[in-house]
Amino acid sequence: MSDTPSSKPPKGFSRRAMMATSAAFGAALFAPKNLLAQSYPTAEVNTTGLAVTDDTVTVGILHSITGTMAISETGSVQAEKLAIKQINDMGGVLGRKIEVIQEDGASDWPTFAEKARKLLVNDKVASVMGCWTSASRKAVLPVFEQHNGFLYYPTFYEGLEQSPNVIYTGQEATQQIIAGLDWVKETKGANTFYLLGSDYIWPRTSNKIARKHIEDFLGGKVVGEEYYPLGHTQFNSVINKIRLRKPDVIYAIVVGGSNVAFYKQLKAAGIDMTAEDPVLLTISVTEDEILGIGGENMEGAYACMKYFQSLDNPNNAAFVKAFKEMWGEDIVIGDVTQAAYLGPWLWKAAVEAAGSFDVDKVREAQIGIELDTAPEGYVKVHENHHLWSKTRVGLAKPDGQYEVVFETAELVEPDPFPEGYQ
Amino acid sequence: MFSDYSMSELGAIFAMQGFAGLILFSVFVLMALGLAIIFGQMGVINMAHGEFMILGAYVTYFVSNFFSAFLPGLFPAYFFVAMILAFFASGALGLLVEWSIIRHLYKRPLDTLLATWGLSLILQQFYRSVFGAREVGVTIPNWMMGSMPVTDLIEVPINGIFVMILAVSISLCVYVMMFRSRWGKQVRAINQNRVMAGAVGINTEWTDRLTFGIGCGVAGVAGSAFTMIGSTGPTSGQLYIVDTFLVVVFGGAGSILGTIASAFSISQAQSIMEFFLSGSMAKVLTLLVVVGILMIRPQGLFSLKLRK
Repeated sequence: MSDTPSSKPPKGFSRRAMMATSAAFGAALFAPKNLLAQSYPTAEVNTTGLAVTDDTVTVGILHSITGTMAISETGSVQAEKLAIKQINDMGGVLGRKIEVIQEDGASDWPTFAEKARKLLVNDKVASVMGCWTSASRKAVLPVFEQHNGFLYYPTFYEGLEQSPNVIYTGQEATQQIIAGLDWVKETKGANTFYLLGSDYIWPRTSNKIARKHIEDFLGGKVVGEEYYPLGHTQFNSVINKIRLRKPDVIYAIVVGGSNVAFYKQLKAAGIDMTAEDPVLLTISVTEDEILGIGGENMEGAYACMKYFQSLDNPNNAAFVKAFKEMWGEDIVIGDVTQAAYLGPWLWKAAVEAAGSFDVDKVREAQIGIELDTAPEGYVKVHENHHLWSKTRVGLAKPDGQYEVVFETAELVEPDPFPEGYQ
Repeated sequence: MFSDYSMSELGAIFAMQGFAGLILFSVFVLMALGLAIIFGQMGVINMAHGEFMILGAYVTYFVSNFFSAFLPGLFPAYFFVAMILAFFASGALGLLVEWSIIRHLYKRPLDTLLATWGLSLILQQFYRSVFGAREVGVTIPNWMMGSMPVTDLIEVPINGIFVMILAVSISLCVYVMMFRSRWGKQVRAINQNRVMAGAVGINTEWTDRLTFGIGCGVAGVAGSAFTMIGSTGPTSGQLYIVDTFLVVVFGGAGSILGTIASAFSISQAQSIMEFFLSGSMAKVLTLLVVVGILMIRPQGLFSLKLRK
């Protein structure tokens, strides 16, 4: 939609405040910035004709800001813009300010591909932060591989992919699923599971991994596995089936509008999640979704992912504060939003390690890059282009936040092609 | 599949499942009534039906916020105020839309499909720009949440009962308006023969506008009620539109009774199959059966004999 970075500032975002801070930073950083840029002449850091000048570099943001997916992708756009603003305030990348060209994928996969081509071919952006659904990522993948672009993809997803042109900053399925199942087995003594999901690739692949893990490694039993069409709004039948089978755990991967219907009807049917009979464990409800579901309907459920807004560490405190300053006090931050925030920072670190904006050099330098400033804590890029990260379990509170009740002791290795799980 | 359970457990489950079917039936009736009025009586294919519903849901959201901020004592009762306001908000939008778009298209009924589809996209983006892209959470008064234990094993969701009562009362209202009021008589006269109806002095233009407005208003009430069981966001209306058309077309356009009968048969079939099969499979089979029946009986379950 908008070709310029200076599009209308969203609600709660004070342009005056931003101008004041950037002016202050600009004055402080003016001298060192130019020095830095001089020591990296444009001809050397950009040998492939990317949109890099003596004092700017252009990156793309490609998310849906209209259509069904705007609900989910808005947070990612906000996080990426915050990261880019912070990087610019620190002097940019190799002494160059990041300029943003934002395109709207409009929740339509062919549009994503078309806009990706526009960003890479016409705008020659140095990298792209974007996509949310697997379908949109699959649509842009051939474009990025053909034109050798570089994409930072923020969503937790089903795995089974590893492109040289993508860095996956969210967790792949095994990272998110296995630790959570081990936890529920160990602390809740769970033996029987009811798997439930929306009917598309991510829930189905995830439940496949979950079933394997439950049956082969935990010695548990899956007493039901079911999928409902995307957008399904009537869950009374499945709730009755769950009552009949009496599982220890409901493992729910319901997404989108269905989520709201499912949790509201679960509560209305008299299943009290705070009683933990059964325990509800989900991998698809972040703080963002709870806004729509209502905290009082979600209370007592457990979610398994890598980031919660309530994480108690200094990085996260600073991140949450900056996010709220930029986008408003009422905003909530979910797992994917945090993963989207990592994109620009990982790219900056790789560019600086490579001393170049060239995609091939950045790709090489990206492997092994560490960030100890990430809100989720320390992360590191694995050679399979995914991130090492901790997995955490959160307990939903009535105020719509999660309380972290468990985190893995070590970073979990990403394993997009898990053996024995397919 | 049932060998591990005792008779009383099975009895309880079947009772609850039967009730789940009735709730689904009520939801279908609420969704479809507004469309049945508009599509059935005027022949306008209103693709923006879901967006009129969501306007009702947003009205409910604002009324609930207003009550919790200014009239916390009356909060338990806000839902009734919200439903009435939702009727008038969606109805007023309906009148406006009829005046600005639909009335120019009565001679080209298929074009109403395109025009209202465009309208639905415009409304979605309007909601997104004004209310934000994220879904909003509507706080439901406590007395409407939770379930009512009937026996030790059987529990009945209270919001389900609420939806059922609402569906019955609105159906009765529509019936009375359609068959006992002056407006209803005029609508039916126009439906049978527009030119003659005009010739005997019925203001066809105004009747059309009012019909469209009432249909949209009923959609708004449905949207308001659905905040109890579903989501409220710019595109939530899309979740209902397919089922709504299915019910109306299967029932036979032009027949309110047909709509109710079709809602009943589809909901029961779907809820029974959902229990024995998986959710997606139940949907597929339901659609296949409906398509099969429509091939044999294209006019739907019930149809009016009209002189065209």
